[in-house]
Amino acid sequence: MDYLIRFVQIHETFRRPETDSLAEMAGVKIEWLSYSEDSPFAIIRFNGASDPTAAARALLSRSILGVAIYELWGSGVDYESLHNDIRDRTQPLWDQYSRGTFRFDMDSFYGSRPASEQRKIIETFSYMAFTGQIRMRQPDNQFRIFEEYELDGPIPHHLHFGRLVAESDRKAMNKYSLKTRNYIATTSMDAELSLVTANLAQAAPGTLAYDPFMGTGSFPVACAHFGAAVFGSDLDGRSIRGKGGRNVSSNFDQYGTAAQYLGGLVADLTNTPLREKRFLNSIVCDPPYGVREGLKVLGSTRVALKEVVYLADGKPAHLQANYVPPKRPYSFMRLLDDILDFSADRLADDGRLCMWMPVAGLIEGEDPAAEEDAVPDTEYTIPRHPGLELVSLCKQDFNKWSRRLLTYRRKADAAVDQEQLLAYKAQRLVIAEGSQNDLKARADDLNAFRRKYFQGFKEQATGV
Amino acid sequence: MKLLTLNFLTCARKTCKSTAAAFPLHPKEAELEQVEMDMNPLFITNMLPRLEWEAMKTLTTELGLPNLPAEPPSAEELADESGEPTQTLKDLHTLLMETSIASGKLVCGNCEHEYAVKEGIANFLLPSHMV
Repeated sequence: MDYLIRFVQIHETFRRPETDSLAEMAGVKIEWLSYSEDSPFAIIRFNGASDPTAAARALLSRSILGVAIYELWGSGVDYESLHNDIRDRTQPLWDQYSRGTFRFDMDSFYGSRPASEQRKIIETFSYMAFTGQIRMRQPDNQFRIFEEYELDGPIPHHLHFGRLVAESDRKAMNKYSLKTRNYIATTSMDAELSLVTANLAQAAPGTLAYDPFMGTGSFPVACAHFGAAVFGSDLDGRSIRGKGGRNVSSNFDQYGTAAQYLGGLVADLTNTPLREKRFLNSIVCDPPYGVREGLKVLGSTRVALKEVVYLADGKPAHLQANYVPPKRPYSFMRLLDDILDFSADRLADDGRLCMWMPVAGLIEGEDPAAEEDAVPDTEYTIPRHPGLELVSLCKQDFNKWSRRLLTYRRKADAAVDQEQLLAYKAQRLVIAEGSQNDLKARADDLNAFRRKYFQGFKEQATGV
Repeated sequence: MKLLTLNFLTCARKTCKSTAAAFPLHPKEAELEQVEMDMNPLFITNMLPRLEWEAMKTLTTELGLPNLPAEPPSAEELADESGEPTQTLKDLHTLLMETSIASGKLVCGNCEHEYAVKEGIANFLLPSHMV
């Protein structure tokens, strides 16, 4: 039997990668029989599953962008063909469901019908001869008619009929809503996409996840929701410590996952205290885009600061309790490469890196014709690493810019091309040495995204 | 920060990273805190093979905590026949997940640089002459 997944019609490019990631975790193989970015209904088949119902439950149990999964009883272009298909596929099943309490309802996408019409349509299913009581709340069996319209179309062009098997974990979005979260900041990732990111990172009980730019801890909190143990770091200790009882650790208290929060560190990715050992299962991060302030790492552009600085009383400055180390501008693309290299060194086999990347324009492999208002002269390359395989690329559009969620899988060492890896490491050394020129560079020179971001706003202002 | 975290951390200086003396970091004037937490047997079982047991032993000795066995316990020693957690697992849980460093310093055994821990958060930022 085939299954219908009812998705939400938002974040369309995230829906399949999320479902594929969950299928891999649940150990089920799915085949996509029908899927379109323009439709919330997808039809799948479980290949080689001995108990497809259990597989469907396992698949959707922690989905965020899926709403529910249904056993597909029939499809058609109009009601006549739908009814014929249902008779063909499920007649032997009717008896099995005929005595339990049941409920019928309708789900119309891009269309609606008054209750009286809905009722008439539902009555046309009477040939199934269900004799059980009708119950709207918690019935034994829930059936749904799915109608798909063209936008503003008069009649649906596609119909499905299914029996509810399982609902998803989408309600977690409300629990983790930023509106009710104890501690957030201006750049906290919303609950929905944090949870989707955690799903793509395959955070699960017994695994360990790390966020090198944790800020107020949106990703670690989401990973902990799915049972992972988490820790994180940030260059700015103030964001971890918070103020007046509102801090990262209070968020874990709020959601009852304090036992899974190992702690927060003040640390810089380019001088990380994490050991070079492959002990992590997931790395999730939304690196600073460097728009509000230029991207910074530890170090200084001033020659005087290359030596120990002594205060007037002869004590070294860096040993003072309130010492703040100097920071220098850094190239955004280099930071992304650093994240990949950091991850390749620390992820266990099949461990996943989920990294957000802002883009003003296009990135490699995308069709310029499909992007009307894209800036044509920018093409971003997707950061690559010989030890990491790109699993999926999801895109969230904003008005003048967009961001991508890149998901990578750590290959087993045997599958990594050692020659390529050596060449890559050598290349990184060359770049690191050449970067001495960066020291005088301005934030814009180092960050093409920041440059485009501000140019974009200028065009908008003068164009009106 | 929970004591387990210390097993993942070394000195942040690039010159120290490759030296054996930089790991584990040595706690100094450490104030410990113990908060009761729900046990997560699956996580501890998964983490055991990734732990540097020698470093854990050094840590417990330096903090004056009960000594750990010479060898890391095997997965079988963590649950009895009925699947209930054994005392070994409970002890590990208390040490790794319930005990944390609230304040103090973490010292690199190689360069002797001291990283401050305040409000349970360790600060690994380096002055520019150490970067």
